[in-house]
Amino acid sequence: MSTTTTGAKVRVVVAKPGLDGHDRGAKIIARALRDAGMEVIYTGLHQTPEQIVETVIQEDADAVGLSILSGAHMTLVPRVVELLREQGVDDVLVTVGGTIPADDIPQLKRLGVSEVFTPGAPTDAIVEFIRGGARA
Amino acid sequence: MSRPQSRSRAASGERDVPFTTLSGQPVKALYDASDLPAPREEQPSVGRPGEYPFTRGVYPSMYRGRLWTMRQFAGFGTPEETNERFRYLIDHGQTGLSTAFDMPSLMGHDSDHPRSLGEVGREGVAVDTVEDMETLFDGIDLGDVTVSMTINAPAPIMLAYYVVAAEEKGIPATALGGTIQADILKEYIAQKEWCFPIDPAMRFLGDMIEWCSQQMPRWHPVSISGYHIREAGATAAQELAFTLKDGLTYVEQAVERGLDVDDFAPRLSFFFNAQIDFFEEIAKYRAARRIWARELKETFGAKNPKSWLMRFHTQTAGVSLTAQQPLNNIIRTTIEALAGVLGGTQSLHTNSYDEALALPTEEAVRIALRTQQIIAHESGVTNTIDPLGGSYFVEALTDEMERQAYAYFDKIDELGGMVDAVKTSYPQREIADAAYELQTAIDEGQRIVVGVNAFTEGDDEQTPILHIDPALERKQIDRLNAVRARRDGEAVEAALLRVRETAAQEGANLMPALLEAARVRASEGELVESLQTVWGAYTETPIF
Repeated sequence: MSTTTTGAKVRVVVAKPGLDGHDRGAKIIARALRDAGMEVIYTGLHQTPEQIVETVIQEDADAVGLSILSGAHMTLVPRVVELLREQGVDDVLVTVGGTIPADDIPQLKRLGVSEVFTPGAPTDAIVEFIRGGARA
Repeated sequence: MSRPQSRSRAASGERDVPFTTLSGQPVKALYDASDLPAPREEQPSVGRPGEYPFTRGVYPSMYRGRLWTMRQFAGFGTPEETNERFRYLIDHGQTGLSTAFDMPSLMGHDSDHPRSLGEVGREGVAVDTVEDMETLFDGIDLGDVTVSMTINAPAPIMLAYYVVAAEEKGIPATALGGTIQADILKEYIAQKEWCFPIDPAMRFLGDMIEWCSQQMPRWHPVSISGYHIREAGATAAQELAFTLKDGLTYVEQAVERGLDVDDFAPRLSFFFNAQIDFFEEIAKYRAARRIWARELKETFGAKNPKSWLMRFHTQTAGVSLTAQQPLNNIIRTTIEALAGVLGGTQSLHTNSYDEALALPTEEAVRIALRTQQIIAHESGVTNTIDPLGGSYFVEALTDEMERQAYAYFDKIDELGGMVDAVKTSYPQREIADAAYELQTAIDEGQRIVVGVNAFTEGDDEQTPILHIDPALERKQIDRLNAVRARRDGEAVEAALLRVRETAAQEGANLMPALLEAARVRASEGELVESLQTVWGAYTETPIF
């Protein structure tokens, strides 16, 4: 069972920002995180950054995983990060997964994304990263 | 298919790996005559190409008569950029066009909608009004080429734009040849680009099929698609079963509307994935033809032999491409394309090697097209029809695919049919389970993906990728605003009102109202929102 120092289960929001319908990866990760003992909230598709941030706050999440395969990551991810900051949320681990070109990764990390997982990333590595990083 | 031999691996001297297909089906060490279907005098299950049940192909001469259509899917940026790519592909020997629309267009949002931010022209071309459609095909003779359009929920709107764009160039709808995907059931199952709840969406599609059956004799009004079902993680048997069941549901609905099955069934076409498990894919296509022919002839009583024919487009599997060592993807695509060809496809799209990273560059697209040309002109596989027919393994696997498809049909029927099964997320769950199982097998090293979980050294080269200029979004919004500024606002309001009124009317057909709205330059977003005021929108129950 995955727990934080306070003993509660790690809570993770798996979110699909933007309009693309590619949800295979998000669903696999959501299930793997759940199987690893975390509390997973999957937002479903076509979420706006505002909806995602609202879910993160309402669910008191420790981490949020954004899955994007539409090429809109350089618009949507900065918006999510910015909204989290505006809401005073600074202890939530933000990760991104999807078809993210290598050139864009440094910029995303500068914005505050902890890690970017591209196609082929092993599920275990993603689970371990989130377990290790969430309110560590 | 009988079970694999159970003697221990060590005793048999076999490698310690699972001998299963990509879909997890066990494969025996050897197949022989006992695996072939029992000969049936009256109705052969294999038969001859061009003859019922078409297991060996839909045409008597297959590729000796005519090669498949090489149809590379393309679309990005504004209609000008995509028009340029279309002309490039035609110049390099492509024989049909295939349009990829961007996400806002697929979801029915105009380019200036807040939800379109960052998505305009990213994964396809942005089309907001009939004028974009005109630019998209500028300089291309629409009476001469066949055009495929990959759009679903708002398909009748895009078709109206296409028909009006052609009409304004003096080409009547009757002369237009091509395909619009318009397979709405698989949107709820797998691709997840929707505008309306399922029931009105089915009516919307039905309106278009009915209109096309009367007005567009050369048009395929629906391309019943397994591609996205497979990409979402389905097994080969699930792709086959869910796709055919979707198709049978459309037939059932059209017949219920009072159409004669032979009036529209010859214009139905299919779209399948070509995954990396070579023989499993070939068996899938062969089984698909046989099941479709039987169901149309025996269940629906179609009399015209053309109604029995399953003609299909194939695309190699995007999901099989790896971001690691991307040049290896050329080899994967070659194997997949060859499976499509040996499975008897009518048209083919080969993915480009860089597509796990971004939309493809021109160079990558050219290699993908060359792959098809090498198969067609160098490999010799086109010299004879269904060269694998009669193979113990391929025939046994074809039978097994068919058996599994019928098992799914039974299950779906128990749930009240495909529409009800989709509403209760049955296919969605089956696909999510299969996707998870495959990923687990990869993560555990049970299934090797070269360059990803084995043979990973040597992945340090940067692949050049296509960058979409963020300024294109602004440019497209300006184009849309320019159209809005010069059109007749009152005519647009009247056209939108007529659309809403027709939508509210049971039994009325929306196509004439959509054509009128297209002519006065109503935008896609305006039309979708008008329809949503009558029909509502769709929200999925998220499951994982």
